[in-house]
Amino acid sequence: MAVETSPGPTRRSLLAPVTGRLRQIALLRESPVGMVGAALVLFWALVALFAPFLAPYDPNANDYLALADPTPSAEHWLGTDNQGRDMLSRVIWGSRTVLTVAPIAVICAYVIGCLFGLLAGYYRGWMDTVMMRIADIILSFPVIILYIIIIATYGPSAANIVIAVTFTAAPQIIRIVRGLTLEIRERDYVAAAKMRGESTWYIMLVEILPNARGPLIVDACLRMGYTIIAIGVLGFLGLGLPPPDPDWGGMVKDTYGFMSIWPHMALIPCAAISSLVVGFNLLADGLREISLRD
Amino acid sequence: MTAFFAKRAGYLLLTMVVVSFAIFTIMEFTPGQVARKVLGPFATQLQVDMLTEEMGLNRPVVVRYLEWAGNVLQGDLGRSTLYKQPVANVLWDRLGNTAILAAIAFAIIVPASIILGVAAGMREASLLDRTISIGGIVTTSIPEFASGVFLVSIFVIWLGWLPGTSTLNTGGGWPLASQLVLPVAVMVLYDLGYVVRMVRASMVEVMTRPYIRTAILKGLSFRDVILKHALRNAMIAPFTVILLQINYLVTGVVVVEAVFAYPGFGRLILEAGLSQDVAVIEAATLVAVFITVMAQIIGDFGYMLLNPRIRFS
Repeated sequence: MAVETSPGPTRRSLLAPVTGRLRQIALLRESPVGMVGAALVLFWALVALFAPFLAPYDPNANDYLALADPTPSAEHWLGTDNQGRDMLSRVIWGSRTVLTVAPIAVICAYVIGCLFGLLAGYYRGWMDTVMMRIADIILSFPVIILYIIIIATYGPSAANIVIAVTFTAAPQIIRIVRGLTLEIRERDYVAAAKMRGESTWYIMLVEILPNARGPLIVDACLRMGYTIIAIGVLGFLGLGLPPPDPDWGGMVKDTYGFMSIWPHMALIPCAAISSLVVGFNLLADGLREISLRD
Repeated sequence: MTAFFAKRAGYLLLTMVVVSFAIFTIMEFTPGQVARKVLGPFATQLQVDMLTEEMGLNRPVVVRYLEWAGNVLQGDLGRSTLYKQPVANVLWDRLGNTAILAAIAFAIIVPASIILGVAAGMREASLLDRTISIGGIVTTSIPEFASGVFLVSIFVIWLGWLPGTSTLNTGGGWPLASQLVLPVAVMVLYDLGYVVRMVRASMVEVMTRPYIRTAILKGLSFRDVILKHALRNAMIAPFTVILLQINYLVTGVVVVEAVFAYPGFGRLILEAGLSQDVAVIEAATLVAVFITVMAQIIGDFGYMLLNPRIRFS
């Protein structure tokens, strides 16, 4: 009722993204591929959320007796790793690591990317030129070399992984947001907001950004996939989170040497990370398909 | 044309200067840091100070950068602390090894992506299209180390057909060619899906054009429509994307080379990064950025040649 009695322009446009998102989720049911992706992502999100209740053992506890036969058994459903640590528990806790670090990194990249992308696209002129040049230069760096340099120089930690991912992803987001802003800033409702005398920040954040959300949501899903791969790769190269807490890439690195005797140790975390990334990419594909249909 | 190349060359130069200065600053900003990296963690502070003095590292970073850039322009890339020899000795060998992998992978990716992309894009939303598109998403989603592990467990451990490491050393009884199969397979799997999607998207767009409708209506066979009318036009847009894959194939293969212990450029960068071998990192980054920007320039130039609308404007 309160909404009806005061239908101010501010309130309506603030609610628009929320209802839009709900409609998009409802539409996702029409894309089987998107649903499979959403199910995979949801599965791992729930596993990460309820890790303390799902994991049968402490992920860092060594069961040295199990080392006689570390393959899957009644006590250890997915077997143990080369140090007698329960694989199932480590995979479950590993999902929590990756699904904490990756969203934080993607959000950081998006905050910076949206901010500079909006500024460049809205003001254009010299600010646009300078920012695009800087973005181009960062983009001409091979990403993996940049990761190695940043992490090897400043040490492996969750914070440095977030910084490395933000630094490499932000320029790409800046370009996308700028492109969308250039188009949206010419729309009538932006002109109307200017006419009403709204502030520049209001126009950029309330009028332009929510209307650019479609491509950005698809991109964010894809970027979650890339970021999870990046975190896995860093772990595999020995530049990931410090031991002993499990992360999937690090688990593969620790057990890759045992491939010829106990391949399950490396195969299980590989399957876990692959399924999660496949999930995000299928979800992105489903969302793109739906947005094209509109 | 001259203006195009002059502008691009200027951009290449600017990028190389900015990037090399950024890397130089990250690696060498604090005096003493380089000497510490050279001498290792067990050297005393006095030794570090002496080496800092001797190498002239306590001068401002800009002065040292200019000196380093001057040496690079004369072909002197410095000395590797990890390999105990001039950087140039290691760098070009490793780059050559990676170029072998990259060339084979590129020779597979280009025709495969065109065939699959055209097959998927010529009938949008057909079963073939859905299969190829989803297959592409799945293979691209699997990290290289994971597809490496999957392929190794099938072809090395289970079937025993191929070697698990590719050290380019034939002493183990595996011929050179067999050592290249798995690294190339991982690179192709990871990269192919993306390029296929680009070709497919372009093909889908071309198929909606009026000239395709005209060709169909004038009674050409579907094969002729695809090969004579659609294919050539559909290749214009993905051309740049295909060329840019050279970047990934040469500078992005760190993981593949780490999985298979392949003595290439990627592993050189990883080893140098892990042991803080400043001279190698700086030189390797410079090479990598040069390759990236060159691929961009060649891509833009080829695009210009392929597309008459851009060529004549």
